[in-house]
Amino acid sequence: MRIGRILLALLAIVVIGTAGFVAWAWEPPVALVDTPDPSSIDHERVQRGADLAAMGNCAVCHTTEAGKPYAGGRKLPTPFGTVYATNITPDPDTGIGRWSKGAFARAMREGVGRAGEHLYPAFPYDHFTRLSDDDVDDLYAFLMTRDPVRAQPPANDVMFPLNIRMTMAGWKLLFFRKGAQPADSNHDQAWNRGRYQADGIAHCGACHTPRNALGAEKKNRYLAGGSAEGWHAPALNAESPAPVPWTAKTLLAYLRAGFEPLHGAAAGPMAPVTHGLARVPEQDVQAIARYIASFSEQASPERRHEATKLIGRLNRHARESVGSASLAGTDQTGAVLFAGACASCHAETPQRRGGGINLALSTAVNAPDARNAIRVVLDGIHPEQGRSGPMMPGFAGAFTDQQVAALLGYMRARFSTQPAWNDLPDRVRRVRAGKDQS
Amino acid sequence: MTVTFTVNDRQHQIDTDPSTPLLYVLRDDLALNGAKFGCGLGQCGSCTVVVDGQAVYSCLLPVAALEGRRVTTVEGLGTTANPGPLQRAFMDEQAAQCGYCIAGMMMRAHALLQQHASPSDEQIRSALEPHLCRCGTHMRILRAVRRAAQGMRSAAAPANKDGTP
Repeated sequence: MRIGRILLALLAIVVIGTAGFVAWAWEPPVALVDTPDPSSIDHERVQRGADLAAMGNCAVCHTTEAGKPYAGGRKLPTPFGTVYATNITPDPDTGIGRWSKGAFARAMREGVGRAGEHLYPAFPYDHFTRLSDDDVDDLYAFLMTRDPVRAQPPANDVMFPLNIRMTMAGWKLLFFRKGAQPADSNHDQAWNRGRYQADGIAHCGACHTPRNALGAEKKNRYLAGGSAEGWHAPALNAESPAPVPWTAKTLLAYLRAGFEPLHGAAAGPMAPVTHGLARVPEQDVQAIARYIASFSEQASPERRHEATKLIGRLNRHARESVGSASLAGTDQTGAVLFAGACASCHAETPQRRGGGINLALSTAVNAPDARNAIRVVLDGIHPEQGRSGPMMPGFAGAFTDQQVAALLGYMRARFSTQPAWNDLPDRVRRVRAGKDQS
Repeated sequence: MTVTFTVNDRQHQIDTDPSTPLLYVLRDDLALNGAKFGCGLGQCGSCTVVVDGQAVYSCLLPVAALEGRRVTTVEGLGTTANPGPLQRAFMDEQAAQCGYCIAGMMMRAHALLQQHASPSDEQIRSALEPHLCRCGTHMRILRAVRRAAQGMRSAAAPANKDGTP
């Protein structure tokens, strides 16, 4: 009898607890509205919204390779399962055409969909929550004036229990802080403006800050290097592996052009970020560059000194190796492959006109993780369709895994003072097979 | 250093500096002049050959990487007297003007057709994207690849009972 009573009490606690959680986590739907007439929307807001959408790279996730812009459906692999980006065109049935401004603002700021469903943080509302009313309205104006596309994205495939969206209310309780960031009075207005852009719409930290086991950004490791779509997103703070520390000036040039002579080309998921930033007003990108550089400029005096020495050596057309490791014992295959495949572009000077950078300047070759260097060698770097930009051929068809590993081992020893990468052949094999998504 | 590999089903032993690009060996040692030197930087595509089924830039492929591998050049697709189906299609569509890029285009198309017997227009365009043609015969080149795909498919399909194709 006694056990029965205890069980009954436990059951009551579970029922009341669950009911309490559901009541607390429950969000009401927002009433459907008529799709706004695009001609009624202020043109200047649309223009400004276009810039914000470019800075936020909305189209990158919300468009498939062959699909119409913003029509969703793109597969986003996460450690917790696969999420498909939604259709954010103003189609009334499959898009957000019947979302009110309020419903849109709630999604951006609180991560709650129109029907009241909690959104997965693959949609970076933990950043967008910082946006001003004006910016959210401008984005709404921009999206509501896109061509409506009827397209239903595939259903998400997320592991239990996270497939129950209400669990995201628990995630938010642990990791999500809603609302704008108060200005930091230790810094000037321009810096604060940059922080607003970088931490808000541009959501730099979504890739460049490492995440914890539950997929939330580690606040105490801000911009210390994360990952994105199978690429390593290098640290942007003092831990940045860039041999020459970034400055506001070089960062601005890189973010606008996707290339900077002392650092190289944007590749992987960073390439479309620079394509977007090439099109927005320069002062917005300048603000981001100044803000991010305030972290990378904290590099130690020794590193700065090394960088100055390196640039001096490259400018004197020094032909010697930069790496500390002795090349005598290394596999000659790497040196031979480099001479035949890479040297015609990656010459010894900082940058030959139209050629690639000296790899002693390369972040990928100097990074703690070999992944980006492997990807660039296999796939190359390609400009945006129909536009000019940095270009490198891929060598996936030319070289075997062993050969790519030998080549990278040689590059690391010759062009970096960092320790050798481990397990290169196996890593190359896994990256090529698409099994290195972490 | 001696490297042994197959070119158009014939085995060759090449004794040369191991970092020599395959393109130079093809042209200078084996007298296979189909593949062309364009930019030497892997940006124009005119040197493209097929290695183990993949289209690659022979100007950036050191022979050291080729031990035991199989290379196909445009000469491997047919002869002047007896052109292969892909070459025939390029001739029928008069796809070459100056012709400098054509061997590379054909080899990329060959690799594509080996993997996809019925490529979509989108696939053909994106496959040939790394190739530059300064004469501007792109539309004819695309037609030639489509024609070749069609021809190769019907050649592979069994004939009807009454012998009609």
